Amino acid sequence: MRTRLMELAVGAFMVMGIIALVLMALRVSGISTSEVGDKYTIKAYFENLGGLTERAKVSMSGVTIGRVTNVYLDTEDYVAVVEMEITSGMSTLTTDTSAAILTAGLLGEKYIGLTVGADDEYLEEGGVIEDTQSALVLEELIGQFLFNKAEE
Amino acid sequence: MSNEEAFVSIRGMSFSRGNRLIYNDIDLDIPRGKVTAIMGPSGTGKTTLLRLIGGQLLPDKGTIKVDGHNVPTLKRAQLFELRKQSMGMLFQSGALFTDLSVFDNVAFPIRVHTDLPESMIRDLVLMKLEAVGLRGARRLMPAELSGGMARRVALARTIALDPEMMLYDEPFTGLDPISLSVTVKLIKSLNDALGLTSILVTHDVEEACSIADYVCLLSDGKVIGFDSPENLINSGSEQVRQFMQGKPDGPVPFHFPADDFSADLFKRVK
Amino acid sequence: MEGIIDKLLNQIQKLGQFGLERLQALGRAGVFLFASIPWGGPGSAGFKDLIKQIYSIGVRSLSIILVAGFFVGMVLGLQGYTILSDFGSEAALGTMVSLTLLRELGPVVTALLFAGRAGSALTAEIGLMKATEQISAMEMMGVDPLKRIITPRLWAGFIAMPILALLFSLVGIWGGAYVGINMLGVDEGAYWGNMQASVEFYDDVIKGLIKSLVFGLVVTWIAVYQGFDSMPTSEGISKATTQTVVVASLAVLGLDFVLTAIMLGSI
Repeated sequence: MRTRLMELAVGAFMVMGIIALVLMALRVSGISTSEVGDKYTIKAYFENLGGLTERAKVSMSGVTIGRVTNVYLDTEDYVAVVEMEITSGMSTLTTDTSAAILTAGLLGEKYIGLTVGADDEYLEEGGVIEDTQSALVLEELIGQFLFNKAEE
Repeated sequence: MSNEEAFVSIRGMSFSRGNRLIYNDIDLDIPRGKVTAIMGPSGTGKTTLLRLIGGQLLPDKGTIKVDGHNVPTLKRAQLFELRKQSMGMLFQSGALFTDLSVFDNVAFPIRVHTDLPESMIRDLVLMKLEAVGLRGARRLMPAELSGGMARRVALARTIALDPEMMLYDEPFTGLDPISLSVTVKLIKSLNDALGLTSILVTHDVEEACSIADYVCLLSDGKVIGFDSPENLINSGSEQVRQFMQGKPDGPVPFHFPADDFSADLFKRVK
Repeated sequence: MEGIIDKLLNQIQKLGQFGLERLQALGRAGVFLFASIPWGGPGSAGFKDLIKQIYSIGVRSLSIILVAGFFVGMVLGLQGYTILSDFGSEAALGTMVSLTLLRELGPVVTALLFAGRAGSALTAEIGLMKATEQISAMEMMGVDPLKRIITPRLWAGFIAMPILALLFSLVGIWGGAYVGINMLGVDEGAYWGNMQASVEFYDDVIKGLIKSLVFGLVVTWIAVYQGFDSMPTSEGISKATTQTVVVASLAVLGLDFVLTAIMLGSI
């Protein structure tokens, strides 16, 4: 009888562990089923990333549709290359889709916002987004502002 | 006594602990199928000898052969196999597993070493417990047993796998007279019934002499006498007689080795 | 002059001896761990022992872990709110509480509590087994005490620690939510939403779990080794028990730095 109670307690303990892990996955880290499954990779060239890092979100109209998987510098043209994975549910990104590096809130993290164009053709695996808008860098903005002021 | 008759045969064995030489090049044969008592003053390393035979300690040099196997050179697995096959050791404290009941304690070696069905294990355990007269105590926990009962349960556990040789470490210490005579009787009857080779380490001369076929006397790292109890009591050696008859001082010194006493007293304290 | 040199040499020799002794102890502990690994796999008898050990190590540490986790989470909520509200970013409270717990406090505090609660008990238990010759008796039965006594305990620590750490973090996150949302008025949606946006399952949850797996093994290893290597006297056991808590706590904190550095990839 004592062994039985002990085994039950240990069993409950293990189940609690598994439930905790599931809660961590769903409730705390917000993994949704859409993230699992097939993905395809596209690229975009930016002049300045302004703090965008790997694993940043890629979103469209505020909905997350993918993640940045790799960030590196193209040593020929000296532009930053961002590779991102898009869920294959979003297979209808037109070739003239534009990408911008945005900031969540005033001091929040950087992410990529995509806006669809009007082309008939869609981006495929390895496709490149031509129309990009770099991150806003505060120093440059202020510099520009002062420059404009001086011109006036 | 020829080598074939010896179950344990020790040759040229030395053992030291720290700077203290406990055994100095000793030779010893323990005859098969007999009860041999190892006696000597406290601190001569009698228990150490059991641990050397059991392979729990390694000698500095020399050989210790048990049933033809040289214990110090055995590999770990071979040593465990040898212990399982032919050795049983009864510890002074009993060394029962405190988290298991009496029944489970006795069943432990059987469960570990065999794949017998539970019903057969039950029969075996009850048989062993009956042999030590504690079948009725099988549901008790070790903490509920008296010292003498604990030692008998430990004895039942040790004989559970029918060893060929039993090593008893101080089996008579700290027992009341009734438990003592029960234990003495048990050791003798087990030895006769199962045809065991028994080695018992003790300093209770009277009890040991009543059941031992041979007595081995140790002193100062040497074997100073090996013979039947009667012969030893009437031995020509003063040293042997001193121990067997229990005199406080004699050739076996009363004092632990030390510098000259007066020199020690007047030594300047730094 | 000569006396001073002699003294100096003496000190150096002592230092060297101390170092050698530590090294030897470490070597013994390593061999001990190696011999305890069940290369042949755990048998069915081993499984029963394992359950028993998970019970005494894991289940019985549950209450202290849950209570501690809830309080730590509540304190994090309170402190975090005070700091974050200076920057007007109370909405990030959930992120702060959950990341702090998952990455650091969960694994580390659980391991420290575990060392105090289960580690010391393990050392004392095995030390007493040694003092009462139970371990010798097992050896003389031809049963390897490392496999029989140490292995199930090592496994139990390895299994129980991550579960305890997970529960600690989970309860802590709820504690932070309780304080933040119910008492301080942080927006519930912001608390959970921002948390979900910034907590990565692999980077935060799994890496935290890996930490606590390592801690589980190391703390249990230190505890059983100290017990096994203790002097079989009451003084020796009490010394070994203290030693377990001290060494295990330091090992956890030191290893935490190493693991964090490796995981962040900055070393």
